[in-house]
Amino acid sequence: MFLEAIHIILPVFIILAAIIAILLKDLLASVIALAAMSLLLSLEFFILHAPDVAIAEAAVGACLTTAIFILAIKATKRNEEEV
Amino acid sequence: MKGMSLIVRTIANISFPFILIYGFYIIAHGHLTPGGGFQGGAVVASGLVLMLIAYNAEWISQRIKESHLSIFESLGALSFVLLAFLGIIFGTAFFSNFLVGTESLFGGIPLDGAANINTGGIIPLMNFAVGLKVIAGLFAIVYVMAHFISKKEGKIA
Repeated sequence: MFLEAIHIILPVFIILAAIIAILLKDLLASVIALAAMSLLLSLEFFILHAPDVAIAEAAVGACLTTAIFILAIKATKRNEEEV
Repeated sequence: MKGMSLIVRTIANISFPFILIYGFYIIAHGHLTPGGGFQGGAVVASGLVLMLIAYNAEWISQRIKESHLSIFESLGALSFVLLAFLGIIFGTAFFSNFLVGTESLFGGIPLDGAANINTGGIIPLMNFAVGLKVIAGLFAIVYVMAHFISKKEGKIA
């Protein structure tokens, strides 16, 4: 019963984090939302009995791509311009 | 490219050794627990990238050179293939596990079925080789990117 509830709640939070990452105008906050989405996705992989994929997703998705995005934001402007 | 604030640098200094130990644990226990060369190498590379983000690119380049990273990456791939070819010489076929059953390191056989670190034959050695290659490769990507950005900033300013 508890596990079924987690299986419903966690994908909702993943989709919410992805939508927040799209909607935010501050690019650094958007990258943090993307990292949170990746971390929740790795938790979902762990619940689905794939700890190998969970470790790889947490290391590559939540840390390395976030670092590359932060370096890219440092080289450009931080805020997206209003159209 | 300037480094981050004092808070970020202090937290990075504290958490860096724990991340390294966790990554090397995943590599060394790759034949017993979930994870292996790639996963542990990605964790260790994440820790190194954390230091690169917290400090600046010049601070890192005083300690690690890009050519050394290339040497480590090639060393990992070469030792992996070399171990596979040693299977032809000492064993029966390519990738043959010739260390199992001998008295050497990682040569034990778990008779009681319990998890024992001293088993697996050449599988832990291949995990070490893959881990070395993944650490050097993933860190070199971010390292070169940070150096490109710092050079570009120097030209503008």
